[in-house]
Amino acid sequence: MYRYDEFDHDFVKARVAEFSDQVQRRLAGEITEDQFRPLRLMNGVYLQLHAYMLRIAVPYGTLNSRQLRMLGHIARKYDKGYGHFTTRQNIQFNWPALSDIPAILADLASVEMHAIQTSGNCIRNVTADHFAGAAADEVADPRPYAEILRQWSSVHPEFSYLPRKFKIAVTGAERDRAAIQTHDIGLHLKKNAAGELGFAVYVGGGQGRTPMVAKKIRDFLSEADLLSYCTAILRVYNLYGRRDNKFKARIKILVHETGVEEITRQVEAEWQELKDAELKLPEADIQAINAYFAPPALPDRPEGDAAVKQARLDSKSFSEWLDQNVVTHRHPDYAAVTISLKGIGEVPGDATDSQMEAVADIAEKYAFDELRVSHEQNLILPHVARADLKAIYDALVDIGLATANSNLISDIISCPGLDYCALATARSIPVAQEISRRFASLERQREIGELKLKISGCINACGHHHVGHIGILGVEKKGTELYQVTLGGSADENTSVGEIIGRGFSSEEITDAIEQIIETYLGLRLNPDERFIDAYRRVGPAPFKEALYASETKAA
Amino acid sequence: MKVLTANRLSDGIAVWYADGGWAETVGHADIAHDKAAEDRLEAIGAAAYANNEVVDVNLIDVTVVDGLVEPVRLREKIRAAGPTIRTDIGKQASPESARAA
Repeated sequence: MYRYDEFDHDFVKARVAEFSDQVQRRLAGEITEDQFRPLRLMNGVYLQLHAYMLRIAVPYGTLNSRQLRMLGHIARKYDKGYGHFTTRQNIQFNWPALSDIPAILADLASVEMHAIQTSGNCIRNVTADHFAGAAADEVADPRPYAEILRQWSSVHPEFSYLPRKFKIAVTGAERDRAAIQTHDIGLHLKKNAAGELGFAVYVGGGQGRTPMVAKKIRDFLSEADLLSYCTAILRVYNLYGRRDNKFKARIKILVHETGVEEITRQVEAEWQELKDAELKLPEADIQAINAYFAPPALPDRPEGDAAVKQARLDSKSFSEWLDQNVVTHRHPDYAAVTISLKGIGEVPGDATDSQMEAVADIAEKYAFDELRVSHEQNLILPHVARADLKAIYDALVDIGLATANSNLISDIISCPGLDYCALATARSIPVAQEISRRFASLERQREIGELKLKISGCINACGHHHVGHIGILGVEKKGTELYQVTLGGSADENTSVGEIIGRGFSSEEITDAIEQIIETYLGLRLNPDERFIDAYRRVGPAPFKEALYASETKAA
Repeated sequence: MKVLTANRLSDGIAVWYADGGWAETVGHADIAHDKAAEDRLEAIGAAAYANNEVVDVNLIDVTVVDGLVEPVRLREKIRAAGPTIRTDIGKQASPESARAA
């Protein structure tokens, strides 16, 4: 993975010193809250309902064991013993005292981490496929490009005060696991007919109150042109993006109002001015960054097949976990493991200090020291020998992280909601927990098959409800929580925005409504291989509306 | 009926104005029963904000149950006794605050 060079170390150290001074001046009353607020936000410090919240960047979701151990240490020393992994591959701590934040940032800097640009109207953490570098289906590891974008966008003077925040995601496979079409810029790393690497470029995706699927504005952009082309997009956005209305300030609105053809023309025109100048990436620089992401040497471990076969016979629960949470690796003797942070009835994305430390130990011992945070709020071991899977499973059982539910209905994405968030209008975690408990049976979950259920506690959609196969949006209506259901959303290579199915449900009704939707699906699917999303696309909303609302229509 | 609430500058913890200071629980917060009292609380909040004691200062609606103040809106109930999904931490871990939930 990428390692800080001298410049990076000095830069982060200087920022820690600068912000520490700002915190001290704030606590001493030398600067006002109005002066301090933008400074703290630039350093990832929010004020939530109960306390400050610190959001720490995990660049493209990649961590090593030393870093995860440090996050565990921070959870224990400065917080209440846990952290929350987010839908942007970051981690949030919910209870840090402002007076402790300088010490936390110094600890983070010691393991090459920081919280810079995790808030504010700037380019946020660049996200990537959590199986990057391991996936059997990728053309190349997308993370070197994410790192190049990170370096380019960090305190970029021209793009630090954009009309609104700006999110970039990169994937290296046809199967999109990074939800690139829901981002301001989505990059699909691919090869052209000549075998050269480059990107399909998508612009103007986003969720929030006006969900939009990104539009492809270029089918192939040479890798050397990555920064010049992104600069052209950002320049057009910075110039024409709306600053008069916060709710219309994202690039998705500009793309929508301007039209794809005209935006494309503007970007291409701007790019013509930039493409042969200093932003053109030299091959040597790309290679230098690529070298940081050189995959670990994976010695052949052919004994894995026999070991897995025997372990399957010995343990049904291991066998189930293997089927659900382990995916194919590009090396046949290896696999990538999803460590579910979605235990039945648990808080999606939360991990305790001791769990973080134990997972770090597992990564160090069995996974070449590599970890990922997925945007689906799980942890990933990208490279493990199949021969070691049983030992890893046993270690995960010991710390309560062996739930076999990846991609099933209880693998729920959920924002923190009104339990923590100052913007939320309803709670989302208790809804996730109740649905998880209702569908606790693995047998039942597997009968339902792949199902992406996503919950947000307000229209800002941090819980990605718009692109859930089933999405739930919590709102406040007449002083109580009400949950709107959307169906048919998807965040993969066939991204779609879900449709609101009808009137919302109370907190007492919502789990029953979800169960009704599931039963309806099970009753109408053509065969067990027809996923919920495929069935919904085939039949549309009518059968689900009928199941949910027919009785009240008749009663009326 | 309203009370004055804020978050403490140094650690961000939710606090309520009570008996001449900032309490960490809502139960005994000073209640404003009329506009004049609300204005007085607002002035106290503005002064505390200007004095860098607290941030995010607000007047919130409350009721009184069995002699203890309880917020009306769910958001404020959760500030007073939340998060609802972790009864082992936060203010609801103390018996008095737990009642506000």
